[in-house]
This record gives sequence, structure tokens and C-alpha cells, in this order.
Amino acid sequence: MSLLRYRPEGFDGIRELRLPFDSQELATLRAGEMVCLSGRLYTGRDQTHRRLCALLDAGQPLPVDLSGQLLYYVGPTPAPPGRVVGAAGPTTSYRMDAYTPRLLALGLAATMGKGPRSQAVREAMQRHGAVYFAAIGGAGALLSQCIVNSEVVAFDDAGPEALFRFEVERFPAIVINDVAGGDYYEMVLAARR
Amino acid sequence: MKTIEAAVICDAVRRLAVEAASQLEPDILEALTRARDREGPGLARDVLDALMLNADIASREKLPVCQDTGIAVLFVSLGQEVRVNGDLEAALQEGVRRGYAEGFLRKSVCDPLVRKNTGTNLPAVIHYEVVAGDRLAITLLPKGCGSENMSALSMLPPSAGKEGIVSFVVDTVLAAHANPCPPGIVGVGIGGTFERAALLAKKALLRRVGAPHERQDVALLEEEMLKEINARGAGVHGFGGRTSMLAVHVEFFPTHIASLPVAVNIQCHAHRYKRVVL
Repeated sequence: MSLLRYRPEGFDGIRELRLPFDSQELATLRAGEMVCLSGRLYTGRDQTHRRLCALLDAGQPLPVDLSGQLLYYVGPTPAPPGRVVGAAGPTTSYRMDAYTPRLLALGLAATMGKGPRSQAVREAMQRHGAVYFAAIGGAGALLSQCIVNSEVVAFDDAGPEALFRFEVERFPAIVINDVAGGDYYEMVLAARR
Repeated sequence: MKTIEAAVICDAVRRLAVEAASQLEPDILEALTRARDREGPGLARDVLDALMLNADIASREKLPVCQDTGIAVLFVSLGQEVRVNGDLEAALQEGVRRGYAEGFLRKSVCDPLVRKNTGTNLPAVIHYEVVAGDRLAITLLPKGCGSENMSALSMLPPSAGKEGIVSFVVDTVLAAHANPCPPGIVGVGIGGTFERAALLAKKALLRRVGAPHERQDVALLEEEMLKEINARGAGVHGFGGRTSMLAVHVEFFPTHIASLPVAVNIQCHAHRYKRVVL
């Protein structure tokens, strides 16, 4: 397994992936693998999900096409002068579990946060060939360095819960759930028993 | 009597809020370093390295350590010989508002039902105690809720005894898995009443990280719980390794003959707090 190695120019020595994902490449990822993500992704947390699903309930179009995209669970701090974004580490993913299968059915390719997902989400990920990544929780200042552009795409009035589009460069993440049903959190606990 | 101007209190709180967000205290940094040095090569050690680098970047660039800059929890210890010239509660709240605005901190407080953000990070949660003397001590704990959400309270039957306490605490921490950004601190409040146990658990987080309780049997209980958590836990961020939690801090209070309240308040590795004495 390749490991996370930080150098001043970024995390090094690990597999590099472009966003949005190539679905064939996504299918080759395996639980426990470290990757570096570069390209565009969308963000959303509690209220973002609630609003996206309210739009779906009302039969209205979503403000962005999530098909093939990565949705990062984050509510950043406001950007101080001279920066594109403030601290921007992952929030806990289980709070999004109630909404996730619906978004996966729309073609969402991957999600990223921290902590385990529900059985229903894991089943939906396998059904749709989706992947779940963990980012480094509580490393908001460090991860901020990997975000080179940030703009609000929707729900501006929700403040940190707005839907942002980030451009990231060599953003480190760990594959937790792969398309083959592998679950890295489970593997770690099984090895301990 | 000593008089303290409300404006002085307000400004002190503003400064605490700004500084707490980007500067970790030496005790938590030392605990993370010790945890890092215990790990062999692997993801757990690499993540701990990344967390220390994160603390360094945050401090140098005055960026928040974590984007969850918390709901502000204040412990105010007011000497009975202090007279505040002005409105103490208003000064404390205004200090929090200014700190979160001027420090570019996240406003994370909302109505619990309609979930509308207050936009100011107010109100702060303030706990007051009146003590002897002529000092006003304020501790600000910006509490992230990834860890707060994993906290729990149980009104155990007294027959559950020490074993019941240990299993409730350990089970609560293990069930939290990677959600509260481990390795952090487990605050445990034992005894008192329903609300006293919860407050003790939160106060326990403010002890110097890893310092044992002064009563030996309580210190042994802390040690036993930490050992079991680290033997059975999922490690650093759920990625394995030797450290699932850095410390268990127990605070206790006599309770009713019918009761055994136990509260567990979990804190993440981004353990931020600042204190001022006026």
C-alpha cells in the first residue's frame, strides 16, 4: 500500500486521479488505497443535501449535474483576504446517509467525508459502482492548501452549507468503500480481531 | 471590590475566540507527538504527521486548525469580589460574535428545528460559577460537533458498578469509530444528577491532556478505560494503529443513593481552548 507522504509541493508518491472520474479508472480503486485528486468537485453538507432532495421532491432540476462527479462533505470557513478558501476538511458522512442513495441513483460517482457509511449507502454504492473516500478529518488548514479555486454554485444563503465548486490539486484521500464491496474500516477492525 | 469594564471582557473574549481557532495548546500537541512516536510505519503514523503539519500551517498562516470552528462554550468563573461595570452576559456574547466575524471563523449555529443559521455563531453556551476572590477567569472551548454528536449519557443502576461504567464509556467510544476524528479526549462525568454528569464530562476535557485524576482509584479507572479503548478501537481516524484515544479524563461528584449517572463527552484531536484571567 502506498502511503501518505507530504512534501512542500504536495502529497507525493501516491496514485494520482483526475476529476471528474473516468468510470473505468474508478472501478480499479481498492479499499485502503491512498490517492491524490486533481480537478473539479462539488461540495455539500447537511442543508445542501436537504435542499437538493427538496428540489427532487418538487420535480425541479438540480443546480448542477452530479453525474460522474465527486461530492465532498465540507462546510469551509470563510476565505480570509488573499485566499480562495478557509479551512476545508471533511465533515462526518453518516449525516448524509439518508440522502446519498438518491444522489447515487442520479449518477453521482463518488462521495468524500469521514467515518463509516450505513448499510443502505454501501449497498447503493455497489449497485451504482460508486466509491467512498475519507479525507483527513481535522486537517482543515492543510487541506486548504490543496484547493486552488472555490466558487458558490447554489444555496448562497446557506453560508458554509452552500454548494461550492472547488478546484483541487493533489488533494489526498483514502479509498474506504470500493466498487467491489471492499470496506477499509471493516478491514482494519477485522485485522484487529 | 475590583471593577472590570464590560468592554475589557468583550475584547478578551474576542481574542480568545480568534486565537483558539488557529493555535493548539502545547498539551494536545505533545500528546499527538507521543502518539505519533508510538506508531510504526503506516497510515496511522502518516496521518498523525499530517495533523502536526496541519497545526503548524494553521498557526503560521492564522487559518483555523479545523473548518468546524465550533459552537463557543464558555466557562466563566466570577470572583465574588468582582464588580462588572456593564452587562457581563452581553459582553461575553458580543466578544464571541466579534471574534468569529473578525477571525473569518465559520458561523455554525442554527435554529434546531428550522435549521436556519443565526449568521453570527451566537448564542454561545455559557456556564457561570461564582467563586471566592477578585478574579474573573474565562475559558473558551470552541466545540466541534463531529465529536459532540458521539457523546452520550446513561442513568445506570447502582448495581452496574465500576464494570457498568467502564463498559458504557468504552462502548460509547468504540461505537463512535472514526466519526469524532480520533485520537482525541474522552471526558467522563460520573455521579451528581443528569445535568451535573454532563457538565462534569465537558469540564473534564479541560484538564491538561493525559494528567491523571488526583484520586488514585479514579486515575486507575481512567487508565483501565484508555487501555481497553486503545486495545479494541479502530485507531487513528479508523485506519488502525495503537492510539484510538489520547486520554480519558474522569470527573466525579457524589450522587443519590438510587442513581449512577455517567456522561461521556468526546473531543476530537483538534482540541482547542484558550483561557484568560482578568
